[in-house]
Parts: sequence; C-alpha cells; structure tokens
Amino acid sequence: MTRRDVGPFMAGLLFALGLGLSGMTDARKVIGFLDLTGAWDASLALVMLGAIAVHGAFLRLANRHPLAAGEDGRAAPGGPPVDAALLAGAALFGVGWGLAGYCPGPAIVSLATGSVRVIVFVLAMLAGQAAFAFRRVVTR
Amino acid sequence: MHHFTPWRALGGGVLLGVAASLLWLSTGRAAGVSGILAGLFAPRSDERRWRALFLAGLVAGGLVLRMMLAPSAFAAAERGLPLVVTAGLLVGFGARLGGGCTSGHGICGLGRLSLRSLIAVGVFMASGFLTVALVGGSR
Repeated sequence: MTRRDVGPFMAGLLFALGLGLSGMTDARKVIGFLDLTGAWDASLALVMLGAIAVHGAFLRLANRHPLAAGEDGRAAPGGPPVDAALLAGAALFGVGWGLAGYCPGPAIVSLATGSVRVIVFVLAMLAGQAAFAFRRVVTR
Repeated sequence: MHHFTPWRALGGGVLLGVAASLLWLSTGRAAGVSGILAGLFAPRSDERRWRALFLAGLVAGGLVLRMMLAPSAFAAAERGLPLVVTAGLLVGFGARLGGGCTSGHGICGLGRLSLRSLIAVGVFMASGFLTVALVGGSR
C-alpha cells in the first residue's frame, strides 16, 4: 500500500464503523425503522441527520476552496434531471431494502460475519447490478 | 421489538459523514456504495484501485465491529432465502437504475442538497415503508 491508498481504505473502515455503531448492520432494526404502521423505531432517521449535517458542512467548506472542485460529475451541482429511471430505480430499491433490511453498504460490512443470508444477498445484489449493465448494453 | 437508540444512531451518522468527507478529500469521489461496487467491474483500471480499497475497508471495518460489538452489531432478518435473493436482485438493479442507494443519494446527495437525491430518498423510503407494511416487520 502506498500513501495514496490510505485515504480510501480508512474511509471504508470508518464508514463500516459508522454503519455498525448506528445500527444499520442490524437488518431487524432497519426493518423496524421501515415498519411505520407497526412498532416504529425512529433511530435510523438520526443516522441520516448526523451524516448529512457533517458531510454537508464539509462539502460547503470544501467547495469554497478553489483547488477542491469535484472532478466527478456527481460532485458537481445540477446533474441529470429527475426522470422515470430515477423514480423506478428508487422504487425497486426500496422494495428490496424493505424485504431483507439490507442496503449495499451494511450488506458488504456484514460479510465479515460469514452469514449465509448475507453472502446470498450480496451475490444476488451483484447479479442485479450485472443485469442492469447487460440491459444497458442490449438497449444501446 | 427494538428500542429507540438516538445517541448511537447520531454518533454513527457523524462517523458516516466523516468517512464520506475523507473519501472525498482523498479521491474527489462521492461515497456511494452501489456505484463504487459496480465501478469495480468497469473497464477503466485506474479507477478500480481506490474502489477496491474502500470496499476492503468496509469488510475490515466489519471485522473490527465483530471484535468490538459482536454479536449485537449484526443480525439478519427472519426472511427465507427466496425472499433474500429477490431483495438482493432488486437492491442491485434498483440502485443502478436509480443512480444511487442509501449512501450515494441519502448521505452524499442530500449533503450537497441535490433535488434528484431528495426525490430518490423520498421514493425509496416510501416504497420501503409500503413493503414492510405488506410483508410484515421482523420481530
């Protein structure tokens, strides 16, 4: 590992600790958060609040810095418009999230447990991504 | 039945914000996990290294959590394998089609006040609420 490799690795490590501490790697707690009509557990709304507050403040400061313009399209303001793909994709994602209680980050972190359910989920998630890539090649 | 854990949730959220900022500082990229995972298989090899390192960090962090907090940090929901497979397919496909997941839209997108991300988060939360209302909670 070179010095440049430390940043992304440490970012991943801290991200995993944040997910674990907040309760996002407990799929039952995630489903409890989505169980609005049942025994709703609002904790996870605070995860987003904390993350957005810190990262939002950081981005405001960073974007003021002349050297720190985002090289990535996603870091630039504006971006692609709201379209049917965004709505349909988010809707499908929400169904999967509610079914298993995992979104991509916590699922990958939970691979560390070696649980069969988690491994099956991550493999299916990769298959879903591959299906999207294939669809894009076919329809192009 | 789960208990309200506001301080752990807020503290974990702050860590997530710090981690996303560290990734932005070191690579200039947004910490959207689904996009980073998909990019691992993209043809541009110079983009693969930082992605692989970030994902390796996620798993390494999982191992640290296992030592520090286990087994309380991790739990799978009481769902059968066919449901788990369906869920994984939908999460993988949906995140790509919608241009991001809970981290990309939820943390990075909302962090920079993107309207697209705000709408995506609203939609996936609503469909998540609806799904759990129909399929049932996990207790």
